[in-house]
Amino acid sequence: MHVDGNALAGPLSEIFTVDMTAAQGQCAGCGQAGPVAGLHVYGDAPGHAMGMVARCPGCDNVMLRLVRGPEAAWLDLRGTVSLRIPLG
Amino acid sequence: MPRGRLEWRIAELIQVKDETPTARTLLFDVPGWPGHLAGQHVDVRLTADDGYSTQRSYSLSAPDRVELTVQKVADGEVSPYLTEVLETGDKLELRGPVGGWFVWRPTGKAPVTLIAGGSGIVPLMAMIRARREAGGATPFKLIYSARAPDERYYAPELRRPEPGVDVTYLYTRAVPEGWTRPPGRITVADVNSGAWPAEFEPDCFVCGPTGFVEAVADMLVALGHDPRRIKTERFGPTGG
Ligand SMILES: Cc1cc2nc3c(=O)[nH]c(=O)nc-3n(C[C@H](O)[C@H](O)[C@H](O)COP(=O)(O)OP(=O)(O)OC[C@H]3O[C@@H](n4cnc5c(N)ncnc54)[C@H](O)[C@@H]3O)c2cc1C
Ligand SMILES: [Zn+2]
Repeated sequence: MHVDGNALAGPLSEIFTVDMTAAQGQCAGCGQAGPVAGLHVYGDAPGHAMGMVARCPGCDNVMLRLVRGPEAAWLDLRGTVSLRIPLG
Repeated sequence: MPRGRLEWRIAELIQVKDETPTARTLLFDVPGWPGHLAGQHVDVRLTADDGYSTQRSYSLSAPDRVELTVQKVADGEVSPYLTEVLETGDKLELRGPVGGWFVWRPTGKAPVTLIAGGSGIVPLMAMIRARREAGGATPFKLIYSARAPDERYYAPELRRPEPGVDVTYLYTRAVPEGWTRPPGRITVADVNSGAWPAEFEPDCFVCGPTGFVEAVADMLVALGHDPRRIKTERFGPTGG
């Protein structure tokens, strides 16, 4: 059972100073673009050491993976072509 | 909305209100709180004496104060603590406000359709309250699906007539006396009659259990709504 990318807002706010859920991401699997908030997020509750996986709602490709360890965070974006981050 | 990276803040519970037999509204005092937009949420972190800690997300239910409404999930780790154990004067850690996409701003001009399943009413109530507070004229329609009449949150407030805010209730398990719609899950017909038609190009906000949100978003698309105008927030497994 998944939630959506809104749930990444808190964990990503630990890393970025702008809200990343409003960013438009393009999927490396199918090319679909949409807000990070609209991705399907699987895994533990936010911030768990096990981490969170965000999949494209169009093709299920893993677009973003976030793992939080005690001293560092790993952000894997290899399934994302680009992120357009609004800086209004 | 540039700002510094978010830190955990200490929040003190200052007021409690029962919404239903299994949900309560918690008002917190959070020194230095920067304010927030309707629809945003916070992450709550609980840490046990042995250092084990866990986090959950909760929507802010009002635009002008740090207030959450939490539904007790029977075998849950965090919600039974928040709904049954936490007392006024107790403190917990909270990070927010977060989420810049599932938000409604009082400057919004488009009509608004809100569709809530169970506790999914929480961030949508913040939008209704933000509209009221701003003296807004944007027309709102709310469809609120609850299990039974006594499972509705904010019932007295939503019962008061409010010009420009149209409320439709749906019940999935038990209905009030004399209610014509039999209990059941939301259908396309319910959405069609309770929401703004697609031609009005409304902004649609859908929130609740994942299955509910999925079903309603599909219905809105089938009714011709532009997917880019449909914003969703999934709370997790079906239940509420
Ligand atoms: C962005 C966001 C905003 C949220 N806002 C709110 C809010 O305003 N109010 C609110 O009450 N909740 C809200 N939630 C849900 C909340 O974060 C927790 O998932 C919920 O309180 C259950 O946590 P728990 O620790 O009690 O249960 P867990 O220990 O996580 O789960 C225990 C059991 O309950 C099931 N379960 C988990 N979540 C739910 C659920 N939502 N409904 C039914 N069964 C469930 C699990 O599958 C598991 O079997 C929100 C979630 C997200 C992602
Ligand atoms: Zn894709």
